[in-house]
Amino acid sequence: MLDSNFNPAIRVRGLHNRFGAQIVHDGLDMEVEQHEIFGVVGGSGTGKSVLLRSILGLRHPNSGSVEIYGRDVESLAATDRSSLVQSYGVTFQNGALISSLTVAQNVQLPLREHYSLSEKTLDELADMNLLMVGLAPDDGAKFPSQLSGGMIKRAALARALALEPKLLFLDEPTAGLDPISATAFDELLLYLHSQLRLTVVMITHDLDTLFQTCSRVGVIVDGRMITDTLPGLLKNTTPWIQEYFHGPRARAAEMEAAKKDGNG
Amino acid sequence: MTEPLALEPDGDGWRLRLSGDWSLAAMPRIEAQLNSLPATLSGNLVCDWTEVQAPGISPAWALLRRLAEAVTPLNVRHEGNPPHFLDLLEKLHVERHAAYSRQAPPTLERLVGKLGRWSVLQGVHARGVIVFLGRIATVVGEAFSRPRAWRISSLARHIYETGITAIPIVALIAFLISVIVAYLGAQQLSRFGADIFVVDLVTIATLREMGVLLTSVIVAGRSGSAFAAEIGVMQLNEETDALRAMGMNPIELLVVPRVLALIIALPLLTVIADAMGLAGGGLLSLINLHIPLPQFMARLRESLSPTTFWSGLVKAPVFAVLIAMVGTYRGMQVRDSARELGRLTTVAVVQSIFMVILADALFAVLFVQIGF
Repeated sequence: MLDSNFNPAIRVRGLHNRFGAQIVHDGLDMEVEQHEIFGVVGGSGTGKSVLLRSILGLRHPNSGSVEIYGRDVESLAATDRSSLVQSYGVTFQNGALISSLTVAQNVQLPLREHYSLSEKTLDELADMNLLMVGLAPDDGAKFPSQLSGGMIKRAALARALALEPKLLFLDEPTAGLDPISATAFDELLLYLHSQLRLTVVMITHDLDTLFQTCSRVGVIVDGRMITDTLPGLLKNTTPWIQEYFHGPRARAAEMEAAKKDGNG
Repeated sequence: MTEPLALEPDGDGWRLRLSGDWSLAAMPRIEAQLNSLPATLSGNLVCDWTEVQAPGISPAWALLRRLAEAVTPLNVRHEGNPPHFLDLLEKLHVERHAAYSRQAPPTLERLVGKLGRWSVLQGVHARGVIVFLGRIATVVGEAFSRPRAWRISSLARHIYETGITAIPIVALIAFLISVIVAYLGAQQLSRFGADIFVVDLVTIATLREMGVLLTSVIVAGRSGSAFAAEIGVMQLNEETDALRAMGMNPIELLVVPRVLALIIALPLLTVIADAMGLAGGGLLSLINLHIPLPQFMARLRESLSPTTFWSGLVKAPVFAVLIAMVGTYRGMQVRDSARELGRLTTVAVVQSIFMVILADALFAVLFVQIGF
């Protein structure tokens, strides 16, 4: 059995990834502690999604090791692998909801696959997961194509939460959302994080999300990761990080976050 | 193994003692136990979580749901270190109740509504087909005064894809079917010593019906499905919307070249199928019935009337229009999901084959009436 209290929750060591001559990760190290919200940032093409895919075991890294709860992802036996997969939830950038299933059926899909439950219970659990992410039970009967962007992100989160994971991976959860929906999503994430005691790894470009939610942030620069708290990164002198955290958008997000901290 | 829950009387109410594994993995067992709780519970109820290990959210939710279904409202209290997410679940529970208290319409009203929606949908579909035909006609009409609208390069590509690349399979199938017909015919006719009439059978069957019909069915399966799928994916990617937004007409760019290409390619394929069919008949006559080729050719000329070949070929462009229009129309109908794409591609093939056979039947009646 997996020990979901193992610390650190995720440990990546010396990760190398390359596509032909193009080197994406060059000895990347990353550690995610229990119960933190860990943000991953980096410019376009620095391999944020490749990192996520390597951690999830969707891509074999060229070298390096990935441990989740102290277990090496690559060397797991098939049965352990399936229990590992059930221990985390993932949302993909565009939701990746199955388009031929209703929202409720999407949420029920992993439950149906792993447990034999009655239809009534499945319906009730779908209701619960939808309510948890701020959707109405009525929305369960809709197809993904009938949902707005914000609702798709929420439905994808509901599906990721269906197996009660302790670890959550979010790939650009607020991309493509208007600022109001994005803020609402941040608040939802913080709320669920505190209520369900989740560990969250989040790839994001959204500086507001970063400042509002993340306790630590890993920045991918030149194929390696620089990890620090936000105040630490703000003082970091690496050129890309300077530019990233001191651009006009970053300053606005920073001020907003400071205002919120000051208020309470 | 301990039972996940045990009900005991406790003073003037009840005590529900929860114990053991209450994680999601134990859900089926917990579910069964919850369902066996008596329906007549009432009054005060205390949930005792003291002996629970690893409580999961879903089982806790199922417990709350079950307790809320009691005939008379229960006064529930949680004791013994209840899980931290219970407050969240209770809050969700209230929200769920609020959402479900809205009433669904009565059955009759729903049925009438369904019938009404279906009828309106049929009307909308019929209108859609007519509008589609009209748009194609408009584009073709305009193209005579605006040569660019013919989209020659696109037309050439589609002729290649629907015509040239279909030659091997069409030729092979026409040849084989003709061999089969000749073989079966020879068996029957030789009983009457009328072997030579196999030639009549093969030539008339091939030229009048089978050449064009087989070709059309193959093309419907190959190209009808390809049209629906190609245009359908473009619809899903919003490519057609992008074309419209750039001031281009998807009917002109996507539909008309395909229709015209098939109108050109299908008759040509039919000619090839006819030739291969006759070759198949000739070969079988030679091998099986020992009719030498010159004799076969002589009989062939006698059996044909001037219209035999044309009565088959004239149907080809009509079938081409049917196949291409059904395929492209179904493609344009694709909306929203991968499943729609699959469904409409299937519909396109089935419907175009049906339309071809229906049209063929009408032609048969028409040709008999006018003596063609």
